[in-house]
This record gives sequence, C-alpha cells and structure tokens, in this order.
Amino acid sequence: MAYISIENLEKHYRVAVRRKGISGALVNLAYRKHQDIPALADVSFEINAGELVGYIGPNGAGKSTTIKILAGILVPSSGTCEVGGLTPWKNRLQHVSRIGVVFGQRTQLWWDLPVIESFELLKSIYRIETEQFAKNMHLYSELLDLDEFIETPVRQLSLGQRMRCDLAAALLHDPEILFLDEPTIGLDAVSKLNIRSFIKSLNKQQDVTVLLTTHDLDDIEELCDRVIVINHGRLLMDGTIADLRARYGNERRIVVDFQGKAEIDEVHQEHLLTLENNRATFQVSTQVPRFISEITRRYEIHDLLVTPPPIENVVAALYESQDGGI
Amino acid sequence: MINGIQLYFRLLSTSIRSQMQYRGSFVFLTIGHFLTTGIEALGILALFDRFGNLNEWELPQVVVFYGTVNISFALTEAFARGFDIFGGSLVKTGEFDRVLLRPRSTAVLIAGWELQMHRLGRFLQGLVVLVLGLIHLDSTFSILSFFTLLTAIIGTILFFYGVLILQATMSFWTIESLEIANVLTYGGVETAQYPMAIYKEDFRRFFTYVIPIACVAYFPLLPVIGIPDPLGSSRTFQHLAPLVGGLFFLASLTAWQLGVRYYKSTGT
Repeated sequence: MAYISIENLEKHYRVAVRRKGISGALVNLAYRKHQDIPALADVSFEINAGELVGYIGPNGAGKSTTIKILAGILVPSSGTCEVGGLTPWKNRLQHVSRIGVVFGQRTQLWWDLPVIESFELLKSIYRIETEQFAKNMHLYSELLDLDEFIETPVRQLSLGQRMRCDLAAALLHDPEILFLDEPTIGLDAVSKLNIRSFIKSLNKQQDVTVLLTTHDLDDIEELCDRVIVINHGRLLMDGTIADLRARYGNERRIVVDFQGKAEIDEVHQEHLLTLENNRATFQVSTQVPRFISEITRRYEIHDLLVTPPPIENVVAALYESQDGGI
Repeated sequence: MINGIQLYFRLLSTSIRSQMQYRGSFVFLTIGHFLTTGIEALGILALFDRFGNLNEWELPQVVVFYGTVNISFALTEAFARGFDIFGGSLVKTGEFDRVLLRPRSTAVLIAGWELQMHRLGRFLQGLVVLVLGLIHLDSTFSILSFFTLLTAIIGTILFFYGVLILQATMSFWTIESLEIANVLTYGGVETAQYPMAIYKEDFRRFFTYVIPIACVAYFPLLPVIGIPDPLGSSRTFQHLAPLVGGLFFLASLTAWQLGVRYYKSTGT
C-alpha cells in the first residue's frame, strides 16, 4: 500500500481579470471578471513509505501547489489525495502533526529568540512528550552539530546554521514524511554536502519518507533514486535518474587530448564542440563506441575521456521537449 | 481547550521576551505612544475650558467615557496584533501557510502572534484620565460600580478584538478594502470618547444596532457615573449591554473559521 497516493489531481486558481487605467479600476470595483488559471492538470503518482523522491520542474510548474495540497493547506479542484490513509485537507490538525515541512527560503524559528527556545515552543505546539523531545534533541543536535549555537538568537545564525536548525525543528515531533522545499538554496559547498548527507542518513537510518523539491539538480542526483518531473501542471516523467538520462541524455561528451597539433577531419567537425590547443571536445549521441574507434585510428591520441552530459542539460532537454509540443 | 490557553500564554511570553531584546526601543515607543494619544485628552480639556459643559455633561463624566474606551482599545491593540497585521503581512508573505502547518487552532496561533507592549502608553494615559474623572465625579464610587466598569472594559475589549478579527477575515477575500476596518477601530474610539447621547439619532442607532459600540462603551458606564440615561434606557439593560461585546466577538470568530476554510480552497 502506497504511503502517498495522488490520483487525477487538478487545481485551478480563480484570478480576477483587471482592467487597465482609472476607468478600468472603477469598473473592477463594480463588476469582476474571473479567469481560471490551471495550476495542476491530471497529476497522478504514488510514493511508498521509506522512499526519497525528487520532485522537480521549472518555476511555476505546479510544484508548490502540489506540496500545499499534500500538506493539507490547499484543497484541490478535483481528484483524490491520500497521505498515510488520511485526506490532508479534511483532517488538517491530525495530518499536519504527522508531517514535517522545511522551506529553504523561510524559517519557522522565532527570529529574536535563542534556537533552543524555538525548539521548546515547538514542543508545546506539537504536544511532544518530554522524553521523546529529549531523545530527539540529543539525536539531532549530534547529527546536525547544533550544540555550539543552540543558545544563539536565530537572527545571528549563518544561513547554513539556520538551515540545520530548521531541519531539526521539522523533525522534533517524529514526522512520518518530510517535505523539503529547496533545502540547499544559497548554501556554500560544505554546508550543502552536510545537509545532503544528513537527508540521506535520515531517510536510510530513521526511515523518514522524503519528498524533495529543488532547482539544484546535484541534490537530486546525489540523493534521489526516483525523480518526478512536472511542467505546466502536468506530469512529464516519473522514473529513476538513469531513466531520465536514457531518455533525454543519451549523448556523450568525449574529451580528447592529441599528441601534438591535430587537424580535425570534416566528418568529425560536425561533432566538435570546442578545440583548444591539443584538446578537443566532441558530442556524440549515437554509436559512441564506433566514433571512439574511428578517432583512435585516425589521430594520434594521448588521452581520452567519455562523460555523460551534466544533469542540467538533461533536464533542460526534458523541459524543452514538452514546450515544443510532443 | 486548557492546552490551547496554555499555548496562548506561552506564545505571549515568547513575544515579550523577543521584545525585551530591544529594551530601549520599547521604552521610547511607550513614551511616544503615551504622548501622542494623550494629546486628545488635552483636546477635551481645552474644549471644556472654552465652552463650559457639553450639553448637560460635565467634564468628569465625559472623561470616564474617554478613559474607558482608551484603556480597552489599548489592551485590544496590544493583544490582537496578529489579527491587526494579518492581511497586510501574514497572508501576503505566505507566513499564514506556515501557521496552517501547525497542528493547532489558527485563532490561538494568530492571537498569540505578538503582544505589542508599547500599547502600554495609551493604556496608562487612559488610566490616568479615568481615575481623575472618577475622583471628581459627584456620586460615590462603590465596589459595585467598580465591577460594572470592569464589565464595560471587558465588553469593549471583546468588541474591538472582534472588529480586528473581522478585518483579518476580510483579507481572505480581498486585499483592498481594509481601510474600512480603520473606520470602525479608530473611528469607534473617537466616537466612544464622548457620551453617545450627544450624537444625532441615526448615528447613534448605527453604533448601537449595527456596530454595537454603544452597548459596551456607553450604556454600562451610566450606572458607574451614577446618572439616568438621557436616552431613557433602563438600568437592567445598561448592566446587561456589555454581553453584546462577547456575542460580537464570538460571531467574528465564526466568520474567521469560514474565512480560513475559504482560504484553503483558493490559496493565494
């Protein structure tokens, strides 16, 4: 039985159409025209307990609408959605006590208070038992290394420290599922790695189901076995990173170091991306082995490296494939 | 319920501790608030100095109305800050979504949002005026009139609190017409600073039956001052009138619940 199951989820926003100018504003007061803007159209997917799923899509694709519905703070226009056997928006109080949500852009901590006081307030808000609270405080301050700034007011924390605190804050009540919205946004390289390894161990060791929304595709590649892609409110793809690469990223980059200067033949020119000194980069989408054997025979080669395209390019290709109309 | 009240007080004490991080700013804001709102008291003094009585009303009687409404409104402003800034900031910034993610009553969380301590300025100013007025009244101030005064104050607080909840509730539907609520809050304070009886009939009716501020800040104060109502209401009615404030508060809470439900179905 799937932990989350979403079926034919639709959401339209009703937006008032505004008329221009002063006379238009007066007409607006008396008579409003509305327009339905679709945000989600026929989205269905299931997530099992214990999965770590990436949920990606360009800005305005419908990601936050989905998260809001899953979190129980938005009612869809039609379709069904169940999280752990409950319909989120019908049982808000019960539902939200079982989920944790982290928004990378917005803290849930009390700005002017020491971190520990925010945690204690959350203890009251979520009615966390004293024992459970102590256990989790111990666990997460160790995993996230919170001790050195737990008495510091939140406003004085660095972004990375704040994010670690926000993660702990979302986990104190032992949620079954964690929604992470851009948890690594704006972080430096070291902090990013720390956050990622924490999320990974949380999923593996504490068995928390995680749904991760992000624009940082390295997050997805490092963390998620499965990725759901959405654009214009529609599901584009649901599969593994390998699937994604196989469908939209089967070309390879081949970086070649020649022995001395090389003249590139016309047949190979069309694959050439760059040529600098003795190093050339080719892009080949089919019959990679044949291309390699061809150039090794034709040129004097010192070194050769084959790489898949960066994940950004793969995803961009995927978004574009839909924009162009399939 | 008990747990909700506990949480409410926890949130308020949190807000106090947050503000105590900026002690200097608190002191100056409070003094400023005392002075700016106090200018109106001087206005009343000047008025009586120039014209003698206001119809049949004497200065000490009028300032009992002034003091009561100022004390009550100051307390409302202090405690209802979350509702006051709701439309302008909590909804716009998406902060309210965060509130909905917590497994508690939204009304408790918003009510506990902030206790704005510098409203103490208006409170003290109103208190000084009220006490001076009570001292100079002709009638004696008994323990019974003290309790009557207390019901008037509580009723007025609940009335203004209700207005601010309604103001917040409106912002679920529109972000434009919030100024209307200011007519009821600040306009209500201005109106109730003087005895209702001095106003024209239509105006009085509006503030009795539509926006019932007369029920909380006029009628119950007549027995405190110790005079019969020039408008002819009975003493029993005057004593019961503050209940209307409580009803108004409960009605606005109901509207709030409907508003939250509407918000969840539309989003921002």
